[in-house]
Amino acid sequence: MPEVLFMPLLAGLGVALVSGPLGAFVVWRRMAYFGDTLAHTALLGVAAGLWLSIAPGLTVIGVCLLIAIALLFLQQQQVLAADTLLGILSHVSLALGIIAMYLIPGARLDLESLLFGDLLAVSRGEVGGIWLAAAMVLALLYWLWTPLLAITVHEDLARVEGVRVGAVKTVMMLTLALVIAIAMKVVGVLLITAMMVIPAATARRFSRHPSQMAMLGSVAGTLAVAAGIAVSWFADTPVGPSIVLCAGLLFLLSLGKSGH
Amino acid sequence: MNPLLEVGGIGLTIGERTILTDVSFALAPGEIVTLIGPNGAGKTSLVRIILGLRKASSGTIKFRDKVRIGYMPQKLHIDNTLPLTVSAFLALAERDARKRDQALDKVGAGHLGQQPLYNLSGGETQRVLLARALLREPELLVLDEPVQGVDVNGQEALYQLIGQIRRESGCAILMISHDLHLVMAATDRVLCLNHHICCHGSPDAVSSDPAYRELFGVRTAPYTHHHDHEHSLHGEVKPVGDRHA
Repeated sequence: MPEVLFMPLLAGLGVALVSGPLGAFVVWRRMAYFGDTLAHTALLGVAAGLWLSIAPGLTVIGVCLLIAIALLFLQQQQVLAADTLLGILSHVSLALGIIAMYLIPGARLDLESLLFGDLLAVSRGEVGGIWLAAAMVLALLYWLWTPLLAITVHEDLARVEGVRVGAVKTVMMLTLALVIAIAMKVVGVLLITAMMVIPAATARRFSRHPSQMAMLGSVAGTLAVAAGIAVSWFADTPVGPSIVLCAGLLFLLSLGKSGH
Repeated sequence: MNPLLEVGGIGLTIGERTILTDVSFALAPGEIVTLIGPNGAGKTSLVRIILGLRKASSGTIKFRDKVRIGYMPQKLHIDNTLPLTVSAFLALAERDARKRDQALDKVGAGHLGQQPLYNLSGGETQRVLLARALLREPELLVLDEPVQGVDVNGQEALYQLIGQIRRESGCAILMISHDLHLVMAATDRVLCLNHHICCHGSPDAVSSDPAYRELFGVRTAPYTHHHDHEHSLHGEVKPVGDRHA
């Protein structure tokens, strides 16, 4: 393997690992569009980091978390249908993020790498950050696995049984924000949801238990990352989209298996 | 004996609409009380308030000490993207596999443990939900339309099962039903609710109460006959009365 691919592969694997369990919850809770909206707000997070001269990774986490909690609150008010609300926020925040970045004095930004990822340019420090965040996400999901699953299956029932629904949901939002922050580098804001939804959907047909689906999702994500980087290297295609395309092909293959 | 639960003057207003006004009643330990009323009468809202799932606009809910509550929700929608067996569903409330099996046996669903949840029939789903409520070893069971989506024979069997659970565990039961006829045999007391409590008392008293008759329209008694055998969930023939033994 060419040495220049080592860091990108390591970074990609960190994201693939969390894409299984978190992606499973995104699929079960039908949060794909929610995740997409949050991912779009990540651009605002990057802009905020540049304005305030803070590491963009941190501001992305902060802004995503803030927007996620605001979204949860707005959905509870039921002023608008959930998908209409998401549709408005998703695109307004994307537009706002792009404009904010153009307005930053002296900044020359590579918008394409933000939108579609820039895995080959990943630094050693960034890989460390990705693995740190990935480890945190895995630990949180492991710790809260049962209550998270309980509120996914039936929120009221879980609440009567003593699950602190608000707290558990907030932690779930924190893990989403963390994953968006680290997946940005790998596949870019526009393709982050794909990394969460596709491996989990691929794993569905091979799984009889929730935890099995989470683990197989990580396996599917890992295969997609490895294959995507290889395709990108040999065919000279952009890395992020190549990874997502490989994930999609894996999903297509999984359809060949008769499901449970 | 102190009541297990005291509901005092509960009112609920959402926007301009009044859902509940001045609903008061008490539930004694071991008592079965059924809330009946037409759709939109506020039955589910009242139960949700009692369970602490929503806030009332006025009134109080008082439990005797700390009461363990088992709750059986009206519906369970499991997306088929979630591969969840019956046993894994129960594991969300109880880690001990033996206790899970016992609870399933108690509701006559012992054979369903490894079935995916989304494959179950209406009656099977209700039994599994009941098993999950029982895992809490409740002093109060709250059942929201426990026979929903179950055919008539199955409804009768479920009500018998509920009565049997009360006899064996001594827990109090508060349930919602919109049909008085089937629930009559299984309940001690009926509260007829249409935003407020229209009438209450024993099933016989309520069914002849003018307020009840006005609310539901006077109906002729449904056709009933007796069966000389029954079927278990597995389809085996059982003698009458031997149910869930």
